[in-house]
Amino acid sequence: MPKSSTRLTVRKTYKLFIGGKFPRSESGRTFVVNGDNVALASRKDARDAVVAARAAFGGWSGTTAYNRGQVLYRIAEMLQARRAEFKALKVPGDELDAAVDRWVWYAGWSDKIAQVAGGANPVAGPFLNVSTPEPTGVVAVIAPTSLLGLVSVIAPAIVTGNTTVVLAPEPQTAITLAEVLATSDVPGGVVNILTGRYPETAPWLATHADVNALDLTGAEPGELAAELERDAAGTLKRVIRPPAGSSGFDADPGLRPMTALLETKTVWHPKGY
Amino acid sequence: MFSYAPAPESRSVVSLASCYGLFIDGAFEPAKDGGTFPTVNPATEEVLAEVAAAGPEDVDRAVAAARRAFTTWSALPGAERAKYLFRIARIIQERSRELAVLESLDNGKPIRESRDVDLPLVAAHFFYYAGWADKLAYAGFGPDPRPVGVAGQVIPWNFPLLMLAWKVAPALATGNTVVLKPAETTPLSALFFADVCRQAELPAGVVNIVTGAGGTGAHLVRHPDVDKVAFTGSTDVGREIAAAVAGTGKRVTLELGGKAANIVFDDAPIDQAVEGVVNGIFFNQGHVCCAGSRLLLQESVAEDFLTALKRRMTTLRVGDPLDKNTDVGAINSAAQLARITELSEIGSAEGAERWSPDCPLPDRGFWFAPTIFTGVTQAHRIAREEIFGPVLSVLTFRTPAEAVEKANNTPYGLSAGIWSEKGSRILAVAGRLRAGVIWANTFNKFDPASPFGGYKESGYGREGGRHGLEAYLA
Repeated sequence: MPKSSTRLTVRKTYKLFIGGKFPRSESGRTFVVNGDNVALASRKDARDAVVAARAAFGGWSGTTAYNRGQVLYRIAEMLQARRAEFKALKVPGDELDAAVDRWVWYAGWSDKIAQVAGGANPVAGPFLNVSTPEPTGVVAVIAPTSLLGLVSVIAPAIVTGNTTVVLAPEPQTAITLAEVLATSDVPGGVVNILTGRYPETAPWLATHADVNALDLTGAEPGELAAELERDAAGTLKRVIRPPAGSSGFDADPGLRPMTALLETKTVWHPKGY
Repeated sequence: MFSYAPAPESRSVVSLASCYGLFIDGAFEPAKDGGTFPTVNPATEEVLAEVAAAGPEDVDRAVAAARRAFTTWSALPGAERAKYLFRIARIIQERSRELAVLESLDNGKPIRESRDVDLPLVAAHFFYYAGWADKLAYAGFGPDPRPVGVAGQVIPWNFPLLMLAWKVAPALATGNTVVLKPAETTPLSALFFADVCRQAELPAGVVNIVTGAGGTGAHLVRHPDVDKVAFTGSTDVGREIAAAVAGTGKRVTLELGGKAANIVFDDAPIDQAVEGVVNGIFFNQGHVCCAGSRLLLQESVAEDFLTALKRRMTTLRVGDPLDKNTDVGAINSAAQLARITELSEIGSAEGAERWSPDCPLPDRGFWFAPTIFTGVTQAHRIAREEIFGPVLSVLTFRTPAEAVEKANNTPYGLSAGIWSEKGSRILAVAGRLRAGVIWANTFNKFDPASPFGGYKESGYGREGGRHGLEAYLA
């Protein structure tokens, strides 16, 4: 076959990531980002994503911590393998390395956080009393734009057994990350990614009765963030507020991104012959 | 039922003034506008005292006093803060008989409970957090944890002094100062606690007590100079508070309502489980956010269990809270009695079968006989809404999976109980229940070392234990 000098590149279609699949927006809407037509998520997409996240919660939260760690490490491997693709999206090399390393860091936390955040309580009576952290449930995330920011909000949510609906303002990076997740043994629905405009979709998630927590890390501090926090109060969601000042994601995240999405369960059991 | 001779605790151990002021900056003072409200003994409807009603200016002064005190209190070495808290704990132990009687007078709870549960736990809570004050760097919240600032705390009427202890002890241990608003119907023990602070020579302004109704609390949690809000009470008010602080950056913890399932499996020791179920719902007249208000019985034992439960309920003694033999005291207020009455009538109207033991109730005061509803479905309001009274809704199940499904079928998630002789079943069910406190073969146990707090719409944050420090550390 003669080699054509005019061969056209096969482009990628940037769609949503819901329940482990890559559907278009049910609304049929797209918007243009860097010359690509990208799916513009709607209210219905957001609600579908919550259904997928809830459906995945039982399995993901019930899997062993060891297994969740294995899956997160696999994500690091797949991200490492796709460096070129992220570089083509102009993600700086340092940031890519940091993003891979962050997955590795969180992968290791899967079977350690319960020992650090929980424990046996010495109550004054004949009881075994044990506190254990458990995932909050479905977490809606307004993600930061950078790859490292995206990883820094998704990883702590899922390593602890939560499932997520992520509103991603930087679609190409986010959907390429979704392709990493889709090839890393992350069960469908554990991470759902919606591209588009969060001021349009976030209010539906903030008021959604089947969403347990709202992470506003990627939201601009200000009236919209405050309004979303007020919306979340209606169902008493746990809220992670936008960081004060532009701190970036290079620093050691500490435990808070994980503990903010954990509930402490304390079980009392009598001792006796 | 045996007839017992009256065994009244003497109320002379408490000396009540006719009128109490606000405790601001180390001194008692009247409200700026002179407003007061009466607090009554719910067992007799007798007015115990008039109490100052704090208005906005009074709350402002209290917050300003707490702010001034914060500078020195937070700079005090942890070991010195600890010693103040140890002193407070000791004084509470020394005055525990007086405080127990006072609590029963103002709240209506049986003296047996205020004496044997509330007061020992109050003292234990101060002892526990006293010990943390100079060890915060080891608590796992970073190497140099700092206090948040001024805490605005609003507490309910069901365990007035115990809820005060849950709020004040960790706040002070971590170097914060507080403005606390006790419930409108039970202000007295908090005002006596102010006197405990005076005896302990706690620096002025570290603890401020503002009494009043809902408006006082609303002003406090919205105050721009309050850094941290802690609330225990109803889920509806919790929602309002969460909305009010949105966008302000204030820290919040909320301990809200519950509709706990108490699950009895067919292998449970029946008599022990009956005791636990009675304790779960009739302890403190059912005025307990974590009360086991939904009894889930495995079908095969339901009939035998209900027979045993009803027999046990006929031996409950309802009456004078100051009688040492009393099991169930007075409902805290006319308003609460009206709510319990209304929801119980709805229970009957919706088709559930109501039963109470034949039990004489006093003529004066607010009373409600221990009550169970059988034939309750998940759709009934008495299975969904928090009644906050001595009313138990009974449902049945066939399999463990169905029990878990029904137990979790509520927007609340504060507590749950499991009764079974099989350890693996207890652990499997405990792992699947979405609730913050699970009691296996026991119920309504509390300890300062044990974190307490809810999942879902029962609120967020934990009180007690190492976990309880987090809300007060930046």
